[in-house]
Amino acid sequence: MKLTGAQILIKCLEKEGVEHIFGLPGGVILPTYDVLFDSKIKLILTKHEQGATHMADGYARATGRPGVCLVTSGPAATNTVTGLATAYMDSVPLVCITGQVTTNAIGSDAFQEVDIVGITRPITKHNFLIKDVRDIARIVREAFYIATTGKPGPVLIDFPVDISRTQTNFVWPKDVFIRSYQPTVECPGVEEQLQKAAELIRGSKRPVLYVGGGAIISGAEKEIRAFVEKTGIPITTTILGLGIFPETHESSLRMLGMHGTHFANYSVQNSDVLIGVGARFDDRVTGNVAKFAPHAKIIHIDIDPASISKTVRVHVPVVSDVKHAIEKLSGLIPDKRSDMKEWLIQIAAWKKKHPMKYENEGQKIHPAYVIEKIGELTKHQAIVVTGVGQHQMWTAQWYQFNRPRTMLTSGGLGTMGYGFPAAIGAQLGRPKDTVVCIEGDGSFQMTMTELATAAYNKVPIKTFILDNGYYGMVRQWQELFYKRRYSGSVIGPTNPDFVKLVEAYGILAIKVRQKKELVPAIKKALAHKGPVVVQCLVSREANVYPMVPAGNALDQIMDMA
Amino acid sequence: MQHTVSVLVENHFGVLARVAGLFSARGFNIDSLAVGETQDPEVSRMTVIANGDDRVVEQIMKQLNKLVDVICVEDLTAKDMIARELVLIKIGVNATNRNDIMHVVNTFRAKIVDVSQESLTIEVTGSEGKIDAMLELLRPFDLKEVVRTGQIAMARRGELKAPSKCGGKTGVCKVAKKTKKKK
Repeated sequence: MKLTGAQILIKCLEKEGVEHIFGLPGGVILPTYDVLFDSKIKLILTKHEQGATHMADGYARATGRPGVCLVTSGPAATNTVTGLATAYMDSVPLVCITGQVTTNAIGSDAFQEVDIVGITRPITKHNFLIKDVRDIARIVREAFYIATTGKPGPVLIDFPVDISRTQTNFVWPKDVFIRSYQPTVECPGVEEQLQKAAELIRGSKRPVLYVGGGAIISGAEKEIRAFVEKTGIPITTTILGLGIFPETHESSLRMLGMHGTHFANYSVQNSDVLIGVGARFDDRVTGNVAKFAPHAKIIHIDIDPASISKTVRVHVPVVSDVKHAIEKLSGLIPDKRSDMKEWLIQIAAWKKKHPMKYENEGQKIHPAYVIEKIGELTKHQAIVVTGVGQHQMWTAQWYQFNRPRTMLTSGGLGTMGYGFPAAIGAQLGRPKDTVVCIEGDGSFQMTMTELATAAYNKVPIKTFILDNGYYGMVRQWQELFYKRRYSGSVIGPTNPDFVKLVEAYGILAIKVRQKKELVPAIKKALAHKGPVVVQCLVSREANVYPMVPAGNALDQIMDMA
Repeated sequence: MQHTVSVLVENHFGVLARVAGLFSARGFNIDSLAVGETQDPEVSRMTVIANGDDRVVEQIMKQLNKLVDVICVEDLTAKDMIARELVLIKIGVNATNRNDIMHVVNTFRAKIVDVSQESLTIEVTGSEGKIDAMLELLRPFDLKEVVRTGQIAMARRGELKAPSKCGGKTGVCKVAKKTKKKK
């Protein structure tokens, strides 16, 4: 029996095990939406395509399975750009299908035509334009394969409307083979490189493990934990690595970098061997690259050869999946050694001298206090999704993450507005977990149109807006580096009445004005069955500390007076 | 330092844009780029001449390898290679300088491919050094048009085939286990 291109596409998505599709319909994608109407795949109708991509992203990060978007051509396709770039920077597997004008109209500036393959080339892992109905099944299989293997990432499929109407026989390809793409190839030299790495570690007195999001993608939490507990080597993580290792563990240095702990940054700067694992030495992590870890020999384990020696020169590169490499490396290194004792005493002294702290006095609500309380009341077990800005950093610093895939945040691109839609996606993917969304008043307003999506689908996410009336991180930089000239960062006077706004969507809204109202509000929100938004009026000019100003070495740290 | 990088790519729609886009997006400069089909019509070979220190070129090669349509990348610079470029030169002539120009053409074993009252069109192939030297000698005359193909190159020994895909080394290649399925 012959099927149309649209039927084949949806059938392929079903075969790939897709449960949710995020998107909204329009002109050239109508044949596909018509087929979707009868499919067992659930459409989550969003109010904006950017929301659809972030939802798919949150879904993917929370579950480890690829998120899928289905949108139309032209403006819908360009609306996915921010979400695709966000996913690309943080290696999140997405498959985004965009409608396209008929193949013979491509290039004619037709209505709602845009060269989305050209536009998204640098922000996708790969993209396709389907030109023949017989290619659909192969391309969909390849798209999922590429998105989810190696270093994962978003893949876009551009789907012309005439092809969605053309009929052909449906043949599901038995396997995928792309000769120019072999992501799981084990490098022949890996064992040798791991030996070299082990030798360096055995000879070191001040080793530090620095772990990023790649370890979470690889599913290496057991291996990392075993490695740290066996060797006693202290571990710090990037923002995307949070949750790979319990932050309350004595070996944890917590997060490093621009807003990392003193002790993590001092440890890295004074280390003699630094083991980078599934991380990419981002500038927010290294500070001034020229002054980064000056005494350290650097080992870098990553699945992506291009990430190695990109910004920081690496002494021992290991191209491998993190899980396998750490497991093997663990076998090559002896148990806790006595000659590391001095190092651990030094680190303990740093921890004691520079603990994480904030001003928790008076009736003002410090944002860190809100995060701390949310952490306690969710027993540090919730999936936490954030926007971008000060609230994101306070969340990273104060929630205390204990398990992987519980901190979902736009680390690489720093996409304000990521949080709320991503939280919806995360909750749909993990319906039994508590999903908490932390947003700022600025960040929230970038995508709050998806309140409708949360309400309609009764997605029980618990959103907390840390409302300080500013683009807070911008204001902080202006306070510190631009003589307190708050150009464009004062948004309090432009903000809506969040309670009224949220209630207009039929969602429970709670306003917290005083400190004593906070804990009851969090409890009420967590107990509520449906979605809820809690607006917390926090102290307006609190800063995120510690802070390593851009261009400084990692140990040149500013802290609160 | 100038590097000669050979790239085997799938002969797919848009692959040139992917490669060129990669160079511009990462701020790498291309001096020349030549593309054409290989013995396998499904595979094209690009010869890219790019400038940069070893670290930049290493990063270029790794990034090229990351592209899904790229089968294999090799830096030929350090190898014993044959590199050639073809150039067409249209030059204005008159009775007084025709012989001088012919002399240059003969010295460089170039060919005259078109002759008219006012112009000669010369075809020359060779290494970049030879071409540059010849153009230098012709510059005093009335150069009307110069078209260069950009260099193409191959190693004298061995074929550009894919050994292992491993980072940090030149000749970083992806393993090809099976041949591509026929459409």
